[in-house]
Amino acid sequence: MKSAVVQLPGLNRDRDMIAALTKISGKAPITIWQTETAIPDDVDLIVIPGGFSYGDYLRCGAIAARMPVLQAIKEKAEKGVKVLGVCNGFQILVEAGMLPGVLMRNTSLRFVCKDVKLEVINADTDFTRAYAKGQIIRCPVAHHDGNYFVDEETLAGMEDRGEIIFRYAEGTNPNGSLSDIAGVINSRGNVLGMMPHPENLIEAAHGGNDGRGIFASALEVIAA
Amino acid sequence: MTISNSIAITPELVASHGLKPDEYQRILDLIGREPSFTELGIFSAMWNEHCSYKSSKKWLRTLPTKGPRVIQGPGENAGVVDIDDGDVVVFKMESHNHPSYIEPYQGAATGVGGILRDVFTMGARPIAAMNALRFGAPDHPKTKHLVSGVVAGVGGYGNSFGVPTVGGEVEFDERYNGNILVNAFAAGLAKSDAIFLSEAKGVGLPVVYLGAKTGRDGVGGATMASAEFDESIEEKRPTVQVGDPFTEKCLLEACLELMQTGAVIAIQDMGAAGLTCSAVEMGAKGDLGIELNLDQVPVREERMTAYEMMLSESQERMLMVLQPEKEEEAKAIFVKWGLDFAIVGKTTDDLRFRVLHQGDEVANLPIKDLGDQAPEYDRPWTETKGRAPLPASEVAAPSDYNEALLKLVGSPNQASRRWVWEQYDTLIQGNSLQRPGGDAGVVRVEGHPSKGLAFSSDVTPRYVEADPFEGGKQAVAECWRNIVATGAEPLAATDNLNFGNPEKPEIMGQLVGAIKGIGEACKALDFPIVSGNVSLYNETNGVAILPTPTIAGVGLLPDWQKMAKIGSAQQDDKLIMIGSDGSHLGSSIYLRDICDSIEGPPPEVDLAAERRNGKFVRSVIRGGQVTACHDISSGGLAITLAEMAMASGKGAHISLSEQRGPAHALLFGEDQARYVVAVPADLADFVQASAEGAGVPFRPLGTVNGDRLVIDDLIDLPVVDLANAHESWFPGFMA
Repeated sequence: MKSAVVQLPGLNRDRDMIAALTKISGKAPITIWQTETAIPDDVDLIVIPGGFSYGDYLRCGAIAARMPVLQAIKEKAEKGVKVLGVCNGFQILVEAGMLPGVLMRNTSLRFVCKDVKLEVINADTDFTRAYAKGQIIRCPVAHHDGNYFVDEETLAGMEDRGEIIFRYAEGTNPNGSLSDIAGVINSRGNVLGMMPHPENLIEAAHGGNDGRGIFASALEVIAA
Repeated sequence: MTISNSIAITPELVASHGLKPDEYQRILDLIGREPSFTELGIFSAMWNEHCSYKSSKKWLRTLPTKGPRVIQGPGENAGVVDIDDGDVVVFKMESHNHPSYIEPYQGAATGVGGILRDVFTMGARPIAAMNALRFGAPDHPKTKHLVSGVVAGVGGYGNSFGVPTVGGEVEFDERYNGNILVNAFAAGLAKSDAIFLSEAKGVGLPVVYLGAKTGRDGVGGATMASAEFDESIEEKRPTVQVGDPFTEKCLLEACLELMQTGAVIAIQDMGAAGLTCSAVEMGAKGDLGIELNLDQVPVREERMTAYEMMLSESQERMLMVLQPEKEEEAKAIFVKWGLDFAIVGKTTDDLRFRVLHQGDEVANLPIKDLGDQAPEYDRPWTETKGRAPLPASEVAAPSDYNEALLKLVGSPNQASRRWVWEQYDTLIQGNSLQRPGGDAGVVRVEGHPSKGLAFSSDVTPRYVEADPFEGGKQAVAECWRNIVATGAEPLAATDNLNFGNPEKPEIMGQLVGAIKGIGEACKALDFPIVSGNVSLYNETNGVAILPTPTIAGVGLLPDWQKMAKIGSAQQDDKLIMIGSDGSHLGSSIYLRDICDSIEGPPPEVDLAAERRNGKFVRSVIRGGQVTACHDISSGGLAITLAEMAMASGKGAHISLSEQRGPAHALLFGEDQARYVVAVPADLADFVQASAEGAGVPFRPLGTVNGDRLVIDDLIDLPVVDLANAHESWFPGFMA
């Protein structure tokens, strides 16, 4: 498995993501800069990390979604390459039309950084295989705009097809997301977007490793 | 069309630049002619209190600044301290008080931006931030607005830049009604052989402008920050800068890349007084002149005058002296990050600061006199009168201890700050080992298997007001103690001295007393001051703030797996108090919040006891004998026990039977040099015997168990009730 981390000006959890992928797979990911239009053929997992790409000045993720590198990522996704977008990465995937819905400002109107609980709604995906359906995991969030919204009809379809992957559990919804949605996948099952930061909960120093399963699944290095 | 540089220099114009008649006379004597308008602005920028430290320098020199681990003390952008293995920690604290009152979001945001730049200018990647915030009374009409704006501004900048905020302070007191305090701390990691300084070297070398473009924001900011406030404050809004954390993040990455190329001879960030201060400092430190050509400065507004360009405090800018053969390589990095890179001048050998604009020489001044030889004052001062002793027997005991404790944990100054720190990214970079809410923030050192760094920021302004000397000592001791409580060895500190108008002898007396106390404590605890900042004139309509010398310190943990936390006590652990029985209620929280009085002297700090007790606590933590630790400070033993119980969610049964003195003094006394440790039951005898052997006073307190905090027959409260009181005040206040 070969992974790649996208680096855009203003993204700031790229180093966290590189560290997580390296620690879990034993291999450092390659990095892809904003101007690159060709992603190497042997890359199996592309990760768009969190941060504030281009300052989030127009709308979170909006400018990034229009950069050439996103076109290249889209083409890869269409060929079945796995794409994971975390936090700003999720916002970018939504803005790029690679995932349904929008991420609005938190209902508190404030940035929020805290631990929340997530319920694994669908464990039968390339990103969640390491978990059990219905399992409750701990995960930190850190965002200002994580309030997921999608129209009723689309939501019903997504639920039917098992495209809701994570829900905030036990009353820990930090942002007012519709139906407690924390993470969604595309219909093909190879593009996952999520607001929480699994890369910040993968080792003892983080106080737990509940986030590890997402990378272990996607990198196909599932431990028992 | 530009504003003429030949505006008549009238006494009113001089006064509006914050220059006193004798200072203006000094300018005339120095240059032998009337200054041009731009030159007047440059003098105003360099000789104001904020940039020149003219009132405090004499006293700052008395502080201990050296130590075996100190690589760089005060005088550079930040202090540098050795943390072994070729690693260094680079840190500083700086105030942004005046701008944050005028425009809370941008004032606080650019305060964070400025201190981050100070750290990465030296070649360090920022790894931790803290903020010491002080606001007026909660019921003052402006307080909520200021809290909301400042916290959002701190978070807005730090979160976007990508540095974890690991600690800080938030306090309320009516004495900050007209002048809030925003003290921002940042620390970064670098290698000891790759530290970058501001001292220019070499004649005829290019001076390069880096980062964002220059606009009209912040013109005269440093001068504004060196004056008191009055009713005209709203007119000062244009002197506040506007921050752009996105550009700063790009500037960080570009600077760190640039530094690896070997292109940088000297580098200085543009903070207070922007282009003027950075150019003068680089030249004056290197005994070189600087010539700037303003026609080359990247600007974002049309028709900017030389005066405006020289005094603009636009953010996210740097100035550097470049190795000329590396120009293309250096430029490519800045182009990649979408930042400006422009050669705007050169170093010269004539010790003059020359500024050219549109074919005219608009300034030609002696650089040393602007910079390191700026005026210095020995201002008259009067010692603060000591207060009469206040024995505990003269302080009323509470009629209901449960009620008193609940009131204290839920009071504006003791309540949980969760509402604040949940707006800060405390996790980014993936190295946060202790987040806000404990004694100190702790981050691990990336790339090292076991090392960690602990950070704490402290001061008790009511003590400093009562006795500046003891209060100064206490600020240092508490910071040192908080670091020790994690198991770390305190290495060095930075000071941020916030006071009123130094032209008043009683205010100057507070400053002098506090610095003397800080110096004494730093010497006794081997805790040198390696960087700092002074903020004076924190007064509105003649009313000064409480004297607030904030101390922020850094400690080293050789093995973070053996660190102690506030909330990690286990069922059946024994609780032991390290230090003497509580006795001192003067200037205490109990006296202020329960008895509605602010009399009495502050607790005395016995520095030898502080050192001895701290050394012991660190040794038992590192020996793996401690499951949890918390220091005893404001609110005394009762608050410490309540905080440990709330953090762990576990109750305790405590007996004071072995302690001597009135119960309210034992529980709420704020005597110094004290801690509570939790140890596994089978190690309690061993730890107590070790304390005895080390000559450290201790008292067994009781056992961790159940879900209630029970202290003899005085206190019996469910932990959940304490937590509800503790957690509900802040959200309720801000709702």
